[in-house]
Amino acid sequence: MTTTTLAVLVPLLPFLGALAGLLLGRAAPGFVRPLAVLPTLVSLALAATVAWRQGGGQAVDAVTELTPTGSVPIELALYVDGFAALTAVLVTAVAACVQIYSAGYLRDDPRYPSYAALVSLFTSAMLLVVHSGDLMVLLVGWEVMGICSYFLVGHYWETPEARAASLKAFLVTKLGDVPFLIGLFALATDAGSFRITRILGAVENGGIEHPTLVVLLLLAGVAGKSAQFPLHTWLPDAMAGPTPVSALIHAATMVAAGVYFIARLLPLFEASRAAMTVLAVMAAVTMAGSALAALAQDDIKRVLAYSTIGQLGYMTGALAVADRGAAVFHLLSHGAFKALLFLAAGVIIHAAGTNSLAAMSRMGRLRDRAPDAYWTMTVALLALAAIPPFSGFFSKEAVLGAAEHVVTGHNTGHAPAAAGWIVLLAGLVTALLTAAYAMRLWLLAFCGYGAEAPDHGRQPLTMTVVLWVLAVPSLALGGLAFRALPHWFDGHDLTPTLTTSVLGTGAALAGGIITYATWRHTTAHAAARVPLGTVAAHPGGDAGLVETEAVATHEPAYGDIAYAPDPSDPGRLLLGPLHRPAAAGFHLDALYTALLVRPVRAGASLVRFLDREVVETYVRGAGTLPRWLGAAVRRAQTGNLQTYVSALLAGTVVLAVAAVLVATGA
Amino acid sequence: MYLAYPAVLSALLFCTGLYGVLARRNAILVLMSVELMLNAVNLNLVAFDIWLSRTAEESLHSGQALTLFTIAIAAAEIGIGLAIVLAVYRNRGTSDIDKLRDTAEGHEPDGSDSAAGRETSTPRTAGEKTEATA
Repeated sequence: MTTTTLAVLVPLLPFLGALAGLLLGRAAPGFVRPLAVLPTLVSLALAATVAWRQGGGQAVDAVTELTPTGSVPIELALYVDGFAALTAVLVTAVAACVQIYSAGYLRDDPRYPSYAALVSLFTSAMLLVVHSGDLMVLLVGWEVMGICSYFLVGHYWETPEARAASLKAFLVTKLGDVPFLIGLFALATDAGSFRITRILGAVENGGIEHPTLVVLLLLAGVAGKSAQFPLHTWLPDAMAGPTPVSALIHAATMVAAGVYFIARLLPLFEASRAAMTVLAVMAAVTMAGSALAALAQDDIKRVLAYSTIGQLGYMTGALAVADRGAAVFHLLSHGAFKALLFLAAGVIIHAAGTNSLAAMSRMGRLRDRAPDAYWTMTVALLALAAIPPFSGFFSKEAVLGAAEHVVTGHNTGHAPAAAGWIVLLAGLVTALLTAAYAMRLWLLAFCGYGAEAPDHGRQPLTMTVVLWVLAVPSLALGGLAFRALPHWFDGHDLTPTLTTSVLGTGAALAGGIITYATWRHTTAHAAARVPLGTVAAHPGGDAGLVETEAVATHEPAYGDIAYAPDPSDPGRLLLGPLHRPAAAGFHLDALYTALLVRPVRAGASLVRFLDREVVETYVRGAGTLPRWLGAAVRRAQTGNLQTYVSALLAGTVVLAVAAVLVATGA
Repeated sequence: MYLAYPAVLSALLFCTGLYGVLARRNAILVLMSVELMLNAVNLNLVAFDIWLSRTAEESLHSGQALTLFTIAIAAAEIGIGLAIVLAVYRNRGTSDIDKLRDTAEGHEPDGSDSAAGRETSTPRTAGEKTEATA
């Protein structure tokens, strides 16, 4: 088969798997698991073949137009360059791991068939985004991902948290998608095509009239999808979904779509210096704010969610300094280790019976209960904290190195120096904070002492094997790939530079050591070890059930979904007065409630009043006259047949006479 | 042949039937009047068929054929009509059209008067039915 055929099959197979899963889910339960796992695995093999054949050389570019659609043509275009090929491999690999893991994680779930089908559909939508060469086709995948994330985040719809989170995820991403759509139209009108290659050609020739406006509109959609400030608030709440969904959607695919989109259209973004500066500021605020918030979260998955936002901030930061190679490099390594972190967190939640770090820190021997999760999570946390030689170190140093090149003026690109400074400083601060919260997570989860954790039984093999599979790229991807990747990408050097490496690693080590010292200090006081926490004890239940209960009981037990009154938490001492606002995400949700939700609600009640009291009064008034007429006419209905027939006869006679008169012309 | 005689006779028959339908109170007599009107039409059909086919070269006598249809349908109609009148009489104890005003405006289908009438008549109807089957 040609490379083009293979590349078309990559998104098509999971889509067919999803269709078959949805159709056969009830009729043939035995086929659900193979139908979920096999298409994704085959798709992974095909994506790897495509990547191998493409080899970073000439991009595979194929196009067909189904039907003429009027002014700007919409074409089914395929465009696979080095970025697309490698991102597709990442997406299919993570999706395959997630499908295998889910088979064990939700093994007793009655809604598993529809869940697995939606995960497949989600994967195919992301692959469509990755492989598409036409922005309208890309938008189709983009929106399908939105609706799939709505369904998957709301998988436990029995709990109010999941319902609220799914709605919030959908609405917030849609809030970004509306300007995104307008931006796409404006872009296509200027360029005369939705094809990415043509648009980039138009950018080179200066054919885009208002690049800043278009780019800012597109940026809104990217911020919504990739969870960047100020549209990031949906992602921490989306942790109410099942853990494998968090791993798939909120680590490797959906949030990566926004970064990938900018990487595709980077020359367009470079055309506007203002937009690059906005991108840099957005990335910096996202990075630093989310790292602070992650340090205060009590739910283990919310820590990871905020860390995802922060790592996405690194990627947008790399794009803001016009180095998409570094951005996609970080996207790849982050996809691997963040998926591992989420899946390991799922195992830990199952083993501990709680998602609260405060409760875990009062449990002894959790690391013996889930040894696979302990070792793989340690690897992934080291990668997250960018400690050499783990993969996160190389990709993060690539980002910081790109920013340093811009600052020192080595880079001949179009990024403004201000963007370089912003990204570099925020990146270093975030490196410190990232190491701090990674250390805090590790200490609280694995170094607790107290009563032994309740036994939830062995984790299924499908769940633990996947962890080790993902641990390999988390450990070695960066070190092995940083020399080869520039060949696939733009050719920018991705080797870590000495200055940023020393600074970044120093910051990370400092963060880790400070947190460790604080933890020793807070746990030294016996008074600090107040009993705290609830545990969902379901020895026979599957991991999904345990997690549902953990999510549902967190708010009643601790008073808040993200916060626990734990005096021995090192994050509390480190953040000081900032701890409470950081736990609440700096009250951004409250701000949105005051600024947006309340006015909309007030407007809705006003409209309801107008409709019920004003509009309906007119309608009723208009109905009065016909009703009176009807009442008058109804009086003729006496029930006597003979009266009716008499009236009929009289009418007939009148008509006949009239007809005769007309006919005779009288 | 003069067409006037049958035409006048049929007009008289039709008017008599019409008067009966409009003025008689007994449902059976109303049905009989309907029969009169139908037969007036039959007479007209036969008479005009003959009058028209007189000049024509060849005729199918469709008027007379239609008369046969009308007679057959009238027989069926009077059978059903009499059965309905019988059922109404057994149910209500009367076949007076003036008293059968269930479709009048403001009349409730399960009103007190009709419900009471039904209650008193139901045992009788049941008794008659058992009698008939025996």
